[in-house]
Amino acid sequence: MTTPSAPTGPMHGLRVVELCEEIGEFAGKLLADMGADVVKVEPPGGSRTRSYAPFLDDEPHPDRSLFFWHYNTSKRSVVLDLDGEEGREAFRKLVAGADVLVEDRAPGWLAERGLDYEDLRGDNPGLIHCAITPFGRSGPRADDPATDLTILAGAGPVWSCGYDDHSIPPVRGGGNQGYQTGCHWALITILTALLYRDNGGGGQFIDVSLHAASNVTTEAGSYQWLVAGETVQRQTGRHAGVNPSGPTQVQAKDGVWMNTGLFPRRPHEFRILIEWMQELGLFEPYEQSALLEVAAGMDRMLDMGRAAEDEEEAALLSAGREAMIFLVQHMDAYDYFYGAQERGFQVGIIYAPEDVIEDPHFIARGFRTEVEHPELGRTFVYPGAPYAFQGSPWAITRRPPLPGEHTAEVLAELDSA
Amino acid sequence: MPKALAGYRICDFTGQLAGAGATRHLAAFGAEVIRIEDPVNQGRWDILRGQPPYKDERRGINLGGSFNNHNVGKLGITLNLRTERGKELLAELVKVSDVVSENFSAGVMDRLGFGYDRLAAIKQDIIYVSNSGFGKQGPYGTYKTWGPIVQAVSGLTWTSKLRDLEPAGWGYSYMDHTGGYYMCIAILAALHHRNVTGEGQWVDMSCTDAGATLTGPAILDYTANGRPTRRDGLPDSNHNRWPPMAPHAVYPAEGEDNWIAIACRDEADWRALAAEVAEPWTADPRFATLDGRIEHEPALDEALGGWTASRDKFATAERLRAAGVPASAVQRPGERIDGDANTSAWGLWPTVQQTDMGDVRVDGVPAHLGETEWELTHGAPNLGEHNEEVYGGLLGLDAGEIASLREEGVI
Repeated sequence: MTTPSAPTGPMHGLRVVELCEEIGEFAGKLLADMGADVVKVEPPGGSRTRSYAPFLDDEPHPDRSLFFWHYNTSKRSVVLDLDGEEGREAFRKLVAGADVLVEDRAPGWLAERGLDYEDLRGDNPGLIHCAITPFGRSGPRADDPATDLTILAGAGPVWSCGYDDHSIPPVRGGGNQGYQTGCHWALITILTALLYRDNGGGGQFIDVSLHAASNVTTEAGSYQWLVAGETVQRQTGRHAGVNPSGPTQVQAKDGVWMNTGLFPRRPHEFRILIEWMQELGLFEPYEQSALLEVAAGMDRMLDMGRAAEDEEEAALLSAGREAMIFLVQHMDAYDYFYGAQERGFQVGIIYAPEDVIEDPHFIARGFRTEVEHPELGRTFVYPGAPYAFQGSPWAITRRPPLPGEHTAEVLAELDSA
Repeated sequence: MPKALAGYRICDFTGQLAGAGATRHLAAFGAEVIRIEDPVNQGRWDILRGQPPYKDERRGINLGGSFNNHNVGKLGITLNLRTERGKELLAELVKVSDVVSENFSAGVMDRLGFGYDRLAAIKQDIIYVSNSGFGKQGPYGTYKTWGPIVQAVSGLTWTSKLRDLEPAGWGYSYMDHTGGYYMCIAILAALHHRNVTGEGQWVDMSCTDAGATLTGPAILDYTANGRPTRRDGLPDSNHNRWPPMAPHAVYPAEGEDNWIAIACRDEADWRALAAEVAEPWTADPRFATLDGRIEHEPALDEALGGWTASRDKFATAERLRAAGVPASAVQRPGERIDGDANTSAWGLWPTVQQTDMGDVRVDGVPAHLGETEWELTHGAPNLGEHNEEVYGGLLGLDAGEIASLREEGVI
């Protein structure tokens, strides 16, 4: 393993100006936690997302929004009034010294203030300006109002998510994934533009569309149509498909849901399953235990394709499937997850976010990230890194900033530059 | 137009979507992505190779629709790493590459003899990015996953559900896409770091870690406030509490399985919606304030759903948007791909030519770059399609050597 020459993230030295609220501030976080110096420009009164629940101890306050906290780690904050000339001048200077501007203002908003790419590039030809907007800067719907819900509804994810019962509305997955997917694409394209610059190229404008980003993040939802003209249909807890598949969610003894994953098909998998059931005293009580022994004694893998015509093949596959479900129902979810995976079965416990942060594997990987908030006299556990850079570590280098906490510091840097 | 990533070479062992999806974006911006496949089992360690959907119902190892989608713009070579000569050739390829990428199960690269230490011995500043369900480090390192398992364990399945119902989860491998995005980000960031410092490195990616970064406020609500999401029939993800919005849900529309999403961000949106609906219930005092609408959300949803149920999803959404209210039809694939100007006219579904499939449409890149626009130059490679180009052109083997490699089962 490489010994780091300095304990800084891979984006150390990159200067980023972020002008974002809920749509784009995740992009700033991704850069900042990789070591970039991200200066968040907030309006007088602070970013709108400082007013978003949940709040620490349920006390609404601009410094206590946990929503703001999560998305604004490792950043500095300056307050600038971009509706006034003084603020605009400071913004121009700030961007003139930056490598990247990432912003999520409505199309036209920056241009009205003389702060769009065409206005800014003159002082900084190397500038990479990334705009993240609901539908992209151009196109007939560029100015349409949108939220994460309506983006995901129009872009395909909602069509594919929900329940077998189609009288129940389809579902938007939680957590503003439409915004986050757009931010992932902002990162991919910003870093691509940065590598172009590393090799002697100039700066450029990047137009990221949330609607487009989620449209290409639906797996078979898109390619089934593009290739074969077929439409997938939603199913509870599993892939939307052209043809229905069997249920995969079972509730364990403790009430926690489990994704049963892949069922045994090979003789040795049946042998392992039998041994496990015997250890637990659940082999004899299982009605189809004799069939498991037949499957364990076969000299070949069971074939799903053959099951359609061959009753015995179908019965053996079904016995394995139902044995796994029988086990889930007689065990607590974690015991089943751990026991099954240790034996090579691909199953998943359906964790809540609060379970993830307490899980031994995530803890061992250092996912719990302690961040000190000195003015509160407390330290909080934040979610950790999506990637483990071995030579240039990801880190939350500072707690989310107070509104305008670094205004004087950053303006002084501009004056001395 | 110049290619942003021209000159970067990726020695690519990725497969499925979580890995292949990462390097496809590098190819779209001009990197030379060389996909390595096993000639013995026809590249089938990537379970999507040769699998449906099929164009014109033509089947075959080079005709898989999802494989094509995830591997557009890459080169493809075959290489049998069970042979000594195969391992020598891989070392030669690593020597002239910037990145080695893979999403095998943990341990496979070490067993092949090409773990990070060996790769760095071959090329000192190599960037090695591995991506597996639980990462190489940690007690679950050997556990098996695919998209739905990753989503289950990382908290994403649970946070996609309606009140009092079981998890709905994600109807596709959201974390294969997103794991691929993070993997792509990691590769690009590590390349920039190398450009600045001259140092390569290993990046150990765990798809479940990546998934767990996507529920941040919920994790903080637990760690800071001690409040779990397992309570009161929650989560309830069509509704919104961070920040609170009401109405905010998916409502029935006219026709079979038709739906419309409506979100009122603030009082102005609510007043605009009420004016469009213009039915007596909108003046119900229970709905006069946000707090009231949240408190009486079931009644609010039922009333609004009653209004939308007999209306066309597209016309109604357009009408509400014109009034300033965020609204969208829940679009079917065909509707959003062929009927939506902000995808098709935006260039989101390019047609590529795959050698055996012919012309086929694929996912594009959801961004436009002013100076270095993306381009998907060709479909996914046929098995071994670029053996001559890579072994001959890049590694300098002559035709006779390549022929004997083929005879000996090395390629």
